Formats: sequence, structure tokens, C-alpha cells
Amino acid sequence: MIKVEEKLYQNRYRVDADRPHIRIRNPELCNEQCDTHACTVCCPAGCWSFEDGKIGLITDGCLECGTCRVICDKFANVDWNYPRAGFGILFKFG
Amino acid sequence: MNQPTEKFDVIVVGAGPAGNAAAYTLAKAGKKVLQLERGEYPGSKNVQGAILYADALEKIIPDFRDSAPLERHVVEQRMWLMEEQSHLGTHFRSDQYNQQPGNRYTIIRARFDKWFSDQVQQAGALVLCEMTVTELLKDESGRVIGVNVDRENGRIYADAVILADGVNSLVASRAGLREDIKPAAVALGVKEIIFMPKETIDARFNLTGQEGAVIEMFGSISEGMVGTGFLYTNKDSISVGIGCMLSDMKQQQTTPVELLEKLKRHPSVAPLIAGGETREYAAHLLPEGGYDALPKLYGEGWMLVGDSAGFLNAVHREGSNLAMTTGRLAAETLLELFAAGQPASASNLARYQARLDESFVMKDLKKYRKIPGMLDRQRQFVADYPGLLNQAAFNFFSVDGRDKEAKEKEIIASFRQRRSLLGLLGDAFRVWRATR
Repeated sequence: MIKVEEKLYQNRYRVDADRPHIRIRNPELCNEQCDTHACTVCCPAGCWSFEDGKIGLITDGCLECGTCRVICDKFANVDWNYPRAGFGILFKFG
Repeated sequence: MNQPTEKFDVIVVGAGPAGNAAAYTLAKAGKKVLQLERGEYPGSKNVQGAILYADALEKIIPDFRDSAPLERHVVEQRMWLMEEQSHLGTHFRSDQYNQQPGNRYTIIRARFDKWFSDQVQQAGALVLCEMTVTELLKDESGRVIGVNVDRENGRIYADAVILADGVNSLVASRAGLREDIKPAAVALGVKEIIFMPKETIDARFNLTGQEGAVIEMFGSISEGMVGTGFLYTNKDSISVGIGCMLSDMKQQQTTPVELLEKLKRHPSVAPLIAGGETREYAAHLLPEGGYDALPKLYGEGWMLVGDSAGFLNAVHREGSNLAMTTGRLAAETLLELFAAGQPASASNLARYQARLDESFVMKDLKKYRKIPGMLDRQRQFVADYPGLLNQAAFNFFSVDGRDKEAKEKEIIASFRQRRSLLGLLGDAFRVWRATR
């Protein structure tokens, strides 16, 4: 099985270190109220995880599609912004 | 910013097909245009399959073929209904598509968008990259009078603002100009670009010169979700991808990467891409809600164009041409108002809606307005029919000593068993009604 990391490795990014452009408004909502964690399935870059009862988010590989923001319509718990201008994914082909 | 207090005739937010069409049309007519793009270069944040429909661009830049980076002109269109081990398809190939001028081209968006932006700049627009618009500026009456960008002294003013900021449309929804997009109105597409020698592609798809072939795929590949797959031939690469509605994606357990890998492993697809080298993996949302998901398209000092309004014809896989056309129509609306010395008020910008209604954009979206809802409710179209048709073909074409009448009866029985006679008639009626 191909891992998402192997795919992201092909891409070019300028990572804005320590300044994630997506934040979880209230992680407790994810950990205790949400029972689907669809973000962990639907994110095409595998940025989201749910392990040991805790939501995790690492935005370095983000493709800036907006999926996590749109599917979290029940709790609207994703504070989603574009990366600072010039940072993030740099599509070579698009 | 050199002159942060400078005022423009029009600010265009975003440098995709819609924004470029708008900025080019306005700049060419001598208007003072500022176009803002958040990427490092125009195209660096943009993703598409990608097919370019010549007509929409021709109406903006008639001689685009002389300089635009086009990959191949499409001479063959394949439609495949997929089952796990097979596909049942139609091919349409015509030598007419080899006669100039070409009708459809495959393109690579990062290259194409750079070219389009060069044309915009040569037409006289000021294009600034690495500028993210954070909010719209409004006066006391609520009229949009400019934008704020993520820079110091980032307030920039204009007589009108055209929002071409893409499917997420953060600027418009945060300004309260439109509701945020819903999972049922948007699909997630993922794709890869796979490189191999031009000769290999020519041989595998029966192509010569700059001829290209495209395949659209439906059926088992989307695992019961409303979705489609595609494979497009570029010059020396193949774009392959799949997209499914987010309202379906969020209710199942297959990741987008697994969906894409499964499509690439399909026995009908795998030989076409074998031996190629993947150089990029991309994802993008597509606003597939159709006519009924369109927000208000204009207001005091602003207009929505392209994906940010949801202009996409999911049935025909058209989007960039709707983007370019709506961008051009928004620009032409403003040019008409400026020429008459009239302001970009909501009542005047109603002419943008009128132009849209007269164009193929609204006519096509209206024609198919019932399709998204029908596919969402009537799962048999994605879940049952592709499999039934493939099994019927397998039965029909396999020579195994059984007589043909027995085979026919089996095939008819398989359809009636799954859908019932009334169901079959009802489905035929549903397709007819949804496409009227």
C-alpha cells in the first residue's frame, strides 16, 4: 500500500515553520464530541490523525484544498486560513 | 506597495482563469486594474485536470494558439463505465478535430496560468503575487470599496472588486456576501501527473503529432460515491485523477489516496500508465452543486466569477470555460458602466446577471439543475448500472456453448432483479426529466 507521505514527497513546499495555517478551535470537541473524525479519512494529504483519543494536525503537507474545513460542518471546529503569502504548496504542474 | 493609497478602477482577486479573463478584458480596454494573487507565481496554487476549451479563451485572446503552452488537441473522447475487472465504454474520435482551429486542448495549469498572466500584464494590468486578500473594505452603507491585503498599509481602493479567489471563496463568505460552501455542493478531486516519453503515449493511445485522447470514468472506481475518474494525455505526461462528492466522502472509510491508487491499479488503466514517473500529487475542491447552489452573484461594488461563485458544469466536466466566460462577462459589464459614467452599484451590476442568463453558462447550469440531487438520491446510477452493464457485456460476448436467447433472458432478468421493471422505467424517466 502506497503511503500518502510518498506522494507528498514529489511535491514542492515552502513550509512556514511553527506557523500552521490551520488550527483546531477546540480540540476537546474533536476528542469528546465528534464520533466520525471524517477529517482523518478525507484529507488528501493525511494531515489529520486520531490516536489514543486525541486529534492531531500537522499542516506541513497540506495541499490547501479546504476539505477539512468544509466537512467539519457539524462542529465548524476548523480555523482554516491560507498560509502566509508565498508559503505553502508550490504546484509545479497543478 | 509603492502607493498604498492609490485607487484603481477595478481590483481582481485571484489569478486563475476567471480572474485572468476579467483582468485581461479590463486592462485591454485601458482600465486601471490591480490583480492580487496569493501564490508565489500565478498558477502555483491552482489545480485542474486539465482541459482547455478553446472557444471561451478565443473570445478573450483570439490568437492564443500562437503563444499559449498547449499540450495536445483532443481528437478522441472515451467514456468508460467501470466494474472491478472491466470497463464498458464508448469512444468518439474524429479527424475533424485535427483541422484548425482546435476545439479542446489538454494543458498543464502551472504553465498555462503563467502564460495567461503574462498576457494580462502585457495588456497593462498591475499583477502582484504573494498578496493574500484578508478582507473586503466597505463604506458605511455597506458598499465594497476595496480590499485589505496581508501587508502593512494593506488597504487598497477601487471602484469595483471582482472576486475570483477560487472554490473556497474565503473572502466572499467572510464578508458575508455568500454562504460558505456545503459538503453536498462540492467534490474533492485528487490527481497525479505521470511522465513518460511522448512516443510511449502516442503508441498506447493511437496518437500522432499533437493529437490527444481523454478518458472520463464512472462506476466501481468511486466505491458507491457520486464521483468520476479521468485520464488525460499531455505531451509527455498523463494526468490521472478521481473526484467524489464530499458529502459522500465523509460517510465512508476510503482515503483519497487509496481511491486514486485503486483507479491506477484498475486493469483497464494500469497498462496505460505503466512505467511512468509520478512527479506531483495534487488535490482541489470542485464546486459541483450546480444551479441551485449558486449564491448571489453581485452586489454593491462586487461580483463573483468562476469557482468562487460555483460556475461548474459537472455533467460535461466543464469549469475553466465557465470561469473564463464569467470573468469576461463581469469585466464587460463594468466596461459598459464605466463608459456610461455609471457606478458599480447593485442595481447596475444586475446587468452582469442578465449577461450570464443569456450565455451558455446559465442555460447549461439550468438544464442540469436536477442532476446533482438526482445522483445523490438515486444511487442506482452510480452503484448498480455500471456493474449491471459490464456483467451484461461479459455475458453477451463470452462464447460458452449457451444459446443466445438464454443469454438475453439472463441479462434482462439481472436488470429486473436489481431494479424491477418499474424501477427501470422510472430511472429512464428520471434521466430524461433531469436533463430537460
